[in-house]
Amino acid sequence: MIIATAGLTKRFGRVTAVDGVDLRVPEGVRFGLLGPNGSGKTTTVRMLLGLVHATSGSIEVFGEAMPRRAANVLPHVGALVEGPAAWGHLSGRANLRLLDAAGRGGRLRDRRRRVEDVLEQVGLGGVDRRPVRAYSLGMRQRLGIAAALLRGPRLLLLDEPTNGLDPRGIQEMRSLLTELNEAGTTVVLSSHLLSEVEALCTQVGIMDSGRLVLDSPLDALRTPTGRILLTTPDPASALGLLDGRVLSRVGNELVVRGDDAAELNARLVAGGVRVSGLGAERRTLEQVVLELTGPGADRVDGRPPPADDPTGPIPIPGGER
Amino acid sequence: MIGVELRLMLRRRRVWLCWILLCALPTLVAILLAATRLTPPPGSGGAFLSAVVTNGQIFPAAALALVLPVFLPITVAIVSGEAIAGEATAGTLRYLLVRPVGRLRLLTAKLISVAVYVLLAVLLVTVVSYVVGVLAFGFGPDASLGGGGGIPSLSGATLTPVDVVVRTGVTVGYLALCMLALGAIGLFFSTLTDSPLAATLGVLAVVVASAALTPLDAASAIQPYLPTTHWLAWIDLYRDPILWDSVHRGLLVEGGYVVVAFGAAWANFATKDVTS
Repeated sequence: MIIATAGLTKRFGRVTAVDGVDLRVPEGVRFGLLGPNGSGKTTTVRMLLGLVHATSGSIEVFGEAMPRRAANVLPHVGALVEGPAAWGHLSGRANLRLLDAAGRGGRLRDRRRRVEDVLEQVGLGGVDRRPVRAYSLGMRQRLGIAAALLRGPRLLLLDEPTNGLDPRGIQEMRSLLTELNEAGTTVVLSSHLLSEVEALCTQVGIMDSGRLVLDSPLDALRTPTGRILLTTPDPASALGLLDGRVLSRVGNELVVRGDDAAELNARLVAGGVRVSGLGAERRTLEQVVLELTGPGADRVDGRPPPADDPTGPIPIPGGER
Repeated sequence: MIGVELRLMLRRRRVWLCWILLCALPTLVAILLAATRLTPPPGSGGAFLSAVVTNGQIFPAAALALVLPVFLPITVAIVSGEAIAGEATAGTLRYLLVRPVGRLRLLTAKLISVAVYVLLAVLLVTVVSYVVGVLAFGFGPDASLGGGGGIPSLSGATLTPVDVVVRTGVTVGYLALCMLALGAIGLFFSTLTDSPLAATLGVLAVVVASAALTPLDAASAIQPYLPTTHWLAWIDLYRDPILWDSVHRGLLVEGGYVVVAFGAAWANFATKDVTS
């Protein structure tokens, strides 16, 4: 395990930001930490980095206790926490050189090359001498990722890594992270962008109001829902043939109850109904997240929400909890 | 980290602006004095000001006395209040800490950079005002005061130029320590808040409070321990013979402030949750 926490809890005064989290991230995965705003993702990441001290519970990174062994652990961790930050009056290059010089180790002679390498990796290789103050949001984001990549970390902890990037930039980051991951770097990213996590991660953890409510491989989440999506140019005859099994109809598209799309297809064709599209519906990550999490902490309702339990357990084949 | 910190400080425009302004005030005073020859009568006005017209070499002492009460403390408050809180506001604090830079190492580097700032500030004021003073008022009358460039001490006896250089050197060191004590307090305040402005104003509040208590008879019990009490002790260095007594006490108290304030900063910062 690259990261293993046990009963990790953090209280700020009377507010419990993180509550009994047992997070386990195996080596070599791309782990996505999802959850609504204020669900404790960032606080968890900060505790993993030793910036915030846990109220109770333990953290091990690379098998060493944090934050006690921070001096051993952190040199092998690259981090982007709550957006990039830089000294605005200096250029991106100067920022990276100073940051590199601030850490122990790292030979002076290689510094220039190290900095150029990471700038090249994030697509800022040709950046000029203007101060970071004048950078666009996307450039700052790239610079932040470059800073995380300095010194070739074994573990990348990235908070909202694609924030402020345009679609092409997001695509570039995704392939960069996949590349690094295939070269052996464990990538942990926290996000509230589901599409981001769905496109990149192999394993997903979902947090809600401070608790880790799910930790599972992504594939195991996307189970069939027991419904089949059917598109046909003859919706009326399909309705007649499948009487009682059709759950809803919008124009030429029907939702049919059932697990076996092949069986349905055979039946429709035998009945003379033309089929132009057919497939079993799978749960999207979005559905899973919405089922598991309550409203984010940025929503403030006047009345308490309805009494049904949004965080209640749902059966997930292959899920660990 | 210390090297990084110094490079960061020296590349900040604000720091250079502070230094330039510190040197500008004595220069302005020198120009006005040279143009009008209207000096305050001996015993009133800023220390040494009445003497500078007769000998420019004493002007550094007058300049230091000019910037000491308000100007210098303000710039020290700005630079030291910025130390941790400024990094927290910019967000760079978290990236330094996960680099990793140990928290004690970061604090030490910050204290050293504040020390370098105050030392350079006092030194710059001294050197600039020496040049300005000599240009505006000359080396003083040779013969009438007993020989080449002789300078009257506050006790009336005449000091040689070498003597004055030595005494001015000691003064620079002493004032730098006084300001470093203030800087250490600023560093402590800077760990308490994420707002550099709040830390800076906190330091100024300490200066004002201490200055307000100093003339108060009722506060005489704590008066020797106030930071501003000893700020003027260096004037005794220009007496002949030197009265070391108050300078010694000042060194102890100001040194104590550095140690206590830095300890408090460390105690607070070591276990602080960095949520900026």
